[in-house]
Amino acid sequence: MVARTPAWIRYNIRIVWLSLVYSAFLIFAVYGFKHGMVGGPASYVVAILPALPIIGIFAAIGRYLVEEQDEYVRMLMVRQTLWASGFTLSLATIWGFLDNFQLVGHIDGYWIVVVWFFGLGIGAIVNKLTLGAAGC
Amino acid sequence: MENRLRVLRAERSWSQQDLAEKLEVSRQSVNAIETGKYDPSLPLAFRIAELFGLAIEEIFVSPASRSSRAI
Repeated sequence: MVARTPAWIRYNIRIVWLSLVYSAFLIFAVYGFKHGMVGGPASYVVAILPALPIIGIFAAIGRYLVEEQDEYVRMLMVRQTLWASGFTLSLATIWGFLDNFQLVGHIDGYWIVVVWFFGLGIGAIVNKLTLGAAGC
Repeated sequence: MENRLRVLRAERSWSQQDLAEKLEVSRQSVNAIETGKYDPSLPLAFRIAELFGLAIEEIFVSPASRSSRAI
């Protein structure tokens, strides 16, 4: 369990809001495309809408690292993001070659983000095992 | 990094939480420093030293001096 620092509380509030916005944008985009309500250049805007709050989550993580005054807690989060990035890039590279040689199916690009968030969990486990504290 | 933080804290009957509040860091930070799992930055090391009224090297054991003693 990470320390409930003021920066951590602000980070969590941002994540909750961005998650709500993501849900709203995703429902709006899926509904719009399913019912043929969007077309032309606007369809690109609507398709990108759910990505914006996800990008916001990346920004929120960066903001948290800037705002966090507790250097140890900040280091835990940095380690988590490094593990997440290393895990995701490794998996993407492996999958890319497997895909290239037609040994696995093609997957949608946004799964990279899902894997990265999963990687944050791996980072938290590594933190817990090596330092005794998980992080965010 | 090896240090005397736990001893110095115990001498004053401070809990990890007490020390954390005085240093304005989390209890996890104090625990990680005490157990040598995390080396504090120089500014935090100075804050710790000033709180106990000691020099940094009176609290933290230099890894270089430890290895030279071993030789």
